Amino acid sequence: MATTQLPLRPGPNARPINKPGHVTIRTRFFSVRLNTRVLGMSLVAGIAMVLLAVWAMTLGSLHIPFADVVGATFGRGDEDARFVVRELRFPRVLSAILIGAALAMSGAIFQGIVRNALVSPDIIGINAGATLVATFWIVTGLSWSLMPLAAFFGALLTAAAIYALTWKRGIAPERMILVGIGMQAALAAGTTYITVRFPVEVVRPAVAWTMGSIYGSTWSDVGVLALFLVLAAPVGIALMWPLRALQLGDDVSRGLGLPLEGVRLSLLVVGCALAAAAVAIAGPIGFVALMVPHVARILGGPASGSTMVLTGFLGATFLLLADTVAQHFLPVSLPVGVITAAVGAPYFLFLLYKSNVRV
Amino acid sequence: MAVAAPPLPARAATPQGRWNLAARGLGLLVGVAVILLVALLSIRVGSIGVSNRDVWNALFHYDTSNYEQVVIRELRVPRTVIALGVGGALAAAGAIMQAVTRNPLAGPSILGVSSGASFAIVTAIYFLGLTSASQYVWFAFVGALIAAALVFMVGSAGRGGATPVKLALAGVVVSALLGAWTNALILLDEDTLDQARFWFAGSVTGRDLGTFWTVAPFLLGGMLISLFIGHQMNVLSMGDDTARALGMNITRTRLVSSALVVTMTGAAVAVAGPIAFVGLATPHLVRAVIGPDYRWVLPYAIITGAVLLTVADILGRVIMSPGEIQVGIVTAFLGAPFLIYLARKKAVA
Repeated sequence: MATTQLPLRPGPNARPINKPGHVTIRTRFFSVRLNTRVLGMSLVAGIAMVLLAVWAMTLGSLHIPFADVVGATFGRGDEDARFVVRELRFPRVLSAILIGAALAMSGAIFQGIVRNALVSPDIIGINAGATLVATFWIVTGLSWSLMPLAAFFGALLTAAAIYALTWKRGIAPERMILVGIGMQAALAAGTTYITVRFPVEVVRPAVAWTMGSIYGSTWSDVGVLALFLVLAAPVGIALMWPLRALQLGDDVSRGLGLPLEGVRLSLLVVGCALAAAAVAIAGPIGFVALMVPHVARILGGPASGSTMVLTGFLGATFLLLADTVAQHFLPVSLPVGVITAAVGAPYFLFLLYKSNVRV
Repeated sequence: MAVAAPPLPARAATPQGRWNLAARGLGLLVGVAVILLVALLSIRVGSIGVSNRDVWNALFHYDTSNYEQVVIRELRVPRTVIALGVGGALAAAGAIMQAVTRNPLAGPSILGVSSGASFAIVTAIYFLGLTSASQYVWFAFVGALIAAALVFMVGSAGRGGATPVKLALAGVVVSALLGAWTNALILLDEDTLDQARFWFAGSVTGRDLGTFWTVAPFLLGGMLISLFIGHQMNVLSMGDDTARALGMNITRTRLVSSALVVTMTGAAVAVAGPIAFVGLATPHLVRAVIGPDYRWVLPYAIITGAVLLTVADILGRVIMSPGEIQVGIVTAFLGAPFLIYLARKKAVA
């Protein structure tokens, strides 16, 4: 090659440009800058999550001490404790963690794509599609075991329909919001129609499902969720860098050489996969996807891979906390979706009230 | 063509511009005519057949012993009046809210009004065992006002006062919180769920005119005032800095217009339940046709909202006659495809 090649990476004498509180990692193939402060917060949230998880597993009609829970998780201790922890409590705790992380990250992705603070995965109809299918499934008395699968397809079908209806030489976020609102209104009306048409005793379990709950989680649920999270979360974190460019507006990101529609589609697919898996298994748990990304931004600054990691951990901790409260600290049993709002809203209001951060 | 025309003044007094003005003015008259037509249709159509003579007599020579006339006076007229008033008020509230928050997602329910009303009603059903819409009205209205006041307190605290995003976020959070409590009460008691699910669907049937008159001052007064604040909404929708530079007291304008929204929406929700789509979509439909000038958007939104809700109510009666589909469900089914079509056709935002 005779052409002069631009230096793609700095030579041995180049000084790394380091912002305080950041670590820059350069390798042969890529370079990333990590925000150590935010990653530190993620670590704290992660430790809190683990402690909370172990504590949550000690609670219940059979009290198991802290140390025994840890032992039972690894297959030691007496048989009762082992059964209760490994077959009943551990899957539920893991489900809460995985669902919380998935919902929060999905919310962060959608708020980023659409550049609108009020957006959550609902906007592309994930919840409304899943809810309509699930409500129909429940009131008509079809098999419970196949319901998550049906809800999953309902969610994906709706998302695909919204993408197709929005597409017009590209995806404009504003158009997607409007199409989403329209689609969602129609689907929600369908659900309402079902709830007023059928007798109240078959409607009640369906209404309960629409509030989102994670009792009776099994290892297969955990497996499905973990699969989705392992596949989608790293991609989501990696996509935060192009997303930052995307947030500068379409023209700027095109000028930066970003494959706009490609990035947008990948983000949508990742966000959809995360939300759809969570919704299919737990129902449309409100509030997590909407609010956790805001909390993460208030604590950790604007969208970046590091903030995304923090978002995931905060979501997981938050849903686990809400589920623990729902399960053990209430006189009556309520779906966790009721608690996420009841626990999360006051905190968020406090944050909004106190904080001088621009949200 | 050959003569170079002198440059036109910036504020286009072109024939084109005049025609637009005339057409828009004429459009308002046509709109009023359409409202009357739809109102008559709404009185005439239903599962119990009535003749044109019955309609005429019921309106002008009311005879209480005539079954058809009683149906018209006691059932059809109230629901028609309620649908017109609620539809117009919701649409006006939605348009104002979208100007205040500069967010196309903002509907009148964004200030927590619907969820406040829902929570108050469910609480009233659960603890006091209320059963009819006329009993709900005051609970719903007060609940709506309290929720909105809470949203304002939180949204306007801290630096910068009530910025649109903070206000909207506070609204969403308060709605989520009240929604959670509402859901909890519904799940605890099947009878409450049975009562409340019909109210949640949004309906204008089964309310007498007395129910409407309790909140009519708020609905009609709100609509009347919103006809005169188009100019302020125009300035506000240009952004805080521009509005401030033009000499507007932003905080006051925002507070007053939001209070207007809360009053109208609270009253509408109190009578008809949370009808979601009219307030959100009507302003978009109107702007797509006549442009972004709020002095025109507001009157057109009132007309369109009133017509939309009444037509939806008529359709709800006809589609599954003699059964009925709640008007809130019909508006969503009707409005959604139209909104999607408009979103695709041109930039609606």
